[in-house]
Amino acid sequence: MSVFSAIGEEREVDQNEYTPGIEPQATWCPGCGDFGVLKALKGAMAELGRDPEEVLLVTGIGCSGKLSSYFESYGFHSIHGRSLPVARAAKLANPGLEVVAAGGDGDGYGIGGNHFVHTARENHDLTYIVFNNEIFGLTKGQTSPTSPKGHKSKTQPHGSAKDPIRPLSMALTGGASYVARTAAVNPNQAQEILVEAIQHDGFSHVDFLTQCPTWNKDAKQYVPYVDIQQNEEYDFDITDRKQAAEAMYEAEGALYDGTVLTGRFYHDENRHSYGDEKRSVGEMPETPLAERYFDEEYEWERSYDLLGPHK
Amino acid sequence: MTDEELVWRIAGGSGDGIDSTSQNFAKALMRSGLDVFTHRHYPSRIRGGHTYVEVRAAGEDVASRGDGFNFLLALGDSFARNEREGAIYGDERAKPLYENLDELREGGVVVYDEGLLSADDAEDFEARAEENDWHVYPVDLRGMARERGREVMRNTAGVGVTAALLEYDLDAVEDLMRGRMSGDVLEANLDILESAYEAATEFEFTHDLRMPTGEHDEEQVLVSGSNTITFGAIDSGCRFIAGYPMTPWTEVFTLMSQYLPDMGGISEQVEDEIAAAALALGASHAGVKAMSGSSGGGFALMSEPLGLAEMTETPIVLLESMRAGPSTGLPTKPEQADLEHVLYTSQGDSNRVVFAPGDAMEAYEQTRDAFHFAYEYGMPAIVVYDQKLSGELKNVPASFFDRDPDPSLGATLTEDEIAEAAHHHSGKFERYTHDSETGAAPRSVPGQRGGRYLASGNEHHPTGHISEDPHNRVTQMDRRMRKLTSVRAELDERDHEASNQTYHGPDDAEYGIVTWGSNQGTVREAVDRLNDAGHSVKMLSVSDLAPFPATEVTEFLESVESALVVEMNASGQFKRLMQGELGRFGELLTSFLKYNGEPFEPREIVEGFESMANGEDVHGDDTRLVRAAGD
Ligand SMILES: Cc1ncc(C[n+]2csc(CCOP(=O)(O)OP(=O)(O)O)c2C)c(N)n1
Ligand code: SF4
Repeated sequence: MSVFSAIGEEREVDQNEYTPGIEPQATWCPGCGDFGVLKALKGAMAELGRDPEEVLLVTGIGCSGKLSSYFESYGFHSIHGRSLPVARAAKLANPGLEVVAAGGDGDGYGIGGNHFVHTARENHDLTYIVFNNEIFGLTKGQTSPTSPKGHKSKTQPHGSAKDPIRPLSMALTGGASYVARTAAVNPNQAQEILVEAIQHDGFSHVDFLTQCPTWNKDAKQYVPYVDIQQNEEYDFDITDRKQAAEAMYEAEGALYDGTVLTGRFYHDENRHSYGDEKRSVGEMPETPLAERYFDEEYEWERSYDLLGPHK
Repeated sequence: MTDEELVWRIAGGSGDGIDSTSQNFAKALMRSGLDVFTHRHYPSRIRGGHTYVEVRAAGEDVASRGDGFNFLLALGDSFARNEREGAIYGDERAKPLYENLDELREGGVVVYDEGLLSADDAEDFEARAEENDWHVYPVDLRGMARERGREVMRNTAGVGVTAALLEYDLDAVEDLMRGRMSGDVLEANLDILESAYEAATEFEFTHDLRMPTGEHDEEQVLVSGSNTITFGAIDSGCRFIAGYPMTPWTEVFTLMSQYLPDMGGISEQVEDEIAAAALALGASHAGVKAMSGSSGGGFALMSEPLGLAEMTETPIVLLESMRAGPSTGLPTKPEQADLEHVLYTSQGDSNRVVFAPGDAMEAYEQTRDAFHFAYEYGMPAIVVYDQKLSGELKNVPASFFDRDPDPSLGATLTEDEIAEAAHHHSGKFERYTHDSETGAAPRSVPGQRGGRYLASGNEHHPTGHISEDPHNRVTQMDRRMRKLTSVRAELDERDHEASNQTYHGPDDAEYGIVTWGSNQGTVREAVDRLNDAGHSVKMLSVSDLAPFPATEVTEFLESVESALVVEMNASGQFKRLMQGELGRFGELLTSFLKYNGEPFEPREIVEGFESMANGEDVHGDDTRLVRAAGD
């Protein structure tokens, strides 16, 4: 038996394999958009035939961070905003793993904003799902980086003076090689996009619109949405950075006017993932580093090999 | 010993090659059979400013910078260049000769570059030279260098003059030069070295100082704490490091980054220290031996990932190379004021193993210990050291590093073992088992079949699922806390000689000096001097900070009348730790503190001890004595 026998085994996977057989049952509110992400992710993994044991799901903190509790794979429920650095290193340590990171808009675009830009820049082979509900859910409804300007909350009773962040543009500027937006209310598109994002070899950013009926009553703005790939009006080349940037700019602005544009915005299949780049300059081993620790034959280099210059 | 030793100080501007020249000279002395120890002093700036390195060499073990110096090679160029009216930062107005003279011993030798410096710049120079029996040799080092090569090679001329004045054979220095340079540069340097040597043999020697002699019975290597921590990590099978630069931790980070890729390992310079620690966690979670680290401010950012490691029981080793604080403090100066920061940072009852090595050899051993305990018990382990230990060089027998590597992932299961391990009635692997004797809960690694679990920073069930069940909470807390008891028991099993604590001086001594970290060698030397002077003193240097070696320290304190606690901070953090851990001895412990950015000299500890013995209070410019509460 190989050390990581779950890795690389393609087989028929029933999406219920991704449902924990035991407590806890999801504590998300009825009608929460997070259920949509869970469903789409299970569907996507099953469609791809991924064994749950070769998948590592790293989440942050927030209602969104609970995803790893309800999705049965190897999981790491980390801390607020830090899912990406944990996920990055796990992928470098064992490139065989299918690594997915997930968190909320506060988590990913606020406290974790720095990691977001840098992970995109490095183009790690990861899928990053951001539950964009335009609000802090778990801490009970404060303004988030994606809340609209003028949004009133307990922490901004006069209405927010800030323009919302532009996550798609941020990902593109950062260097992500796959950028898409989908919505919980559109399960078919969501699953399709996640399948594509997971298959993509590089950093895939999926801004996932989720409604929070509890704290963000305006959530109905997510319906109806327009799938830009299905609509001739939005005919642009998703492999062209400039055109993608324009489409994103429009989608990000339109969202707050009530037009929800979803779909694929950018897909660069030529850019090498960070792991490949690192391997090509000799900064990373060809075989998964994690395997080495289980290999009894491996000859470990010793410090006395390094003493030469000190003699 | 003080009579048969050389303490050679080379002084000049940062960026003038002081570091490399001193390292080479120290290595040459080591190769000639001497024991060596170096002390670095530099301001926080890239060029200019006052910098010096001392190389102390003797025929027998040297473990500290010593007291003052007896040979000064003053290059001084950058002072002339950088002098500016009213500049304070980096003390630019200070002339090197002037600033250097205070610690020059009686009978000492001064060589200065007369092309760049004037002895007249030093206040009352003539009178002081006469009074202290200083022997002064103004030499046109720059001219010598220019004549046969380039002006910047005046360091080499300085080394040539030094060797001649000490009647030291140039062979070892030349050998080293051949190893480091080639072509025209080598030829020019050799030429300068030899001609400076020849010229200086013509001087009329008025001094008595000569190079001490010694012999090693086995091959030595010249290493710093940063070097040996790196070796310790490599021999522990660490092949992943993530970090963000911050002085002085950068030294280890740089070394690891040089070595790891060639060994099939991975080094990542990332966006900040939170990310750095989180990356180390991610790599470790995925089944690799991983580390990160920083200095004060950067370590502060790691507080949250540190707690996450404790809660998820992910093994991780962090380094904290202390410099003076608060905040960015004195970036290039040592202090031991992050002790409480390292011990107590992060929310909740979070536990960690903490070691504070006392010298380069301990730094190697305790880095290995840190990896061992982190991976066997699934918890964070920290090596805390300081700018002094980071950079000072010392000779160590090369054979010291002939050890078997320890690439074991510790409490990690194979797939066969996972199949045998405890499972929930639903079939789910119980990663965070309730009933483990030592507290350690063996883990699976993502990708292994049968081992799926959730590692959560929230409180969780044995399966990893988030749980707020009160009974489970207590059981999990108790188990995690039990790890520390087990680590302590494992450490205590080593007998006295092999323990991480270091003892020195007669067993039955009347008084004690207790210290921790990089003061160890200095205190050891002070203890020898005190005993030679008729006092009865012994030393305990504590390396296990958490879990604390209560039995060992209690035995030591019970065996003495009173003790001086030596540490480099202003509030006596280590003394507070001892009292907190032991719950007594308050009336026995006198604090002796230094926090001016310079490490202790043995002389100061001798004086501090005598002040304690005489019942005096000290609040000098450099040190402070805080008497025992019961006095
Ligand atoms: C360092 C830190 N700061 C603050 C918090 C408190 N906190 C938990 S979740 C959260 C916001 C969650 O909002 P978002 O990321 O949008 O996710 P959602 O709950 O809406 O899914 C905050 C501020 C925390 N856990 N850690
Ligand atoms: S608070 Fe909002 S985001 Fe959180 S579970 Fe409820 S509906 Fe979902």
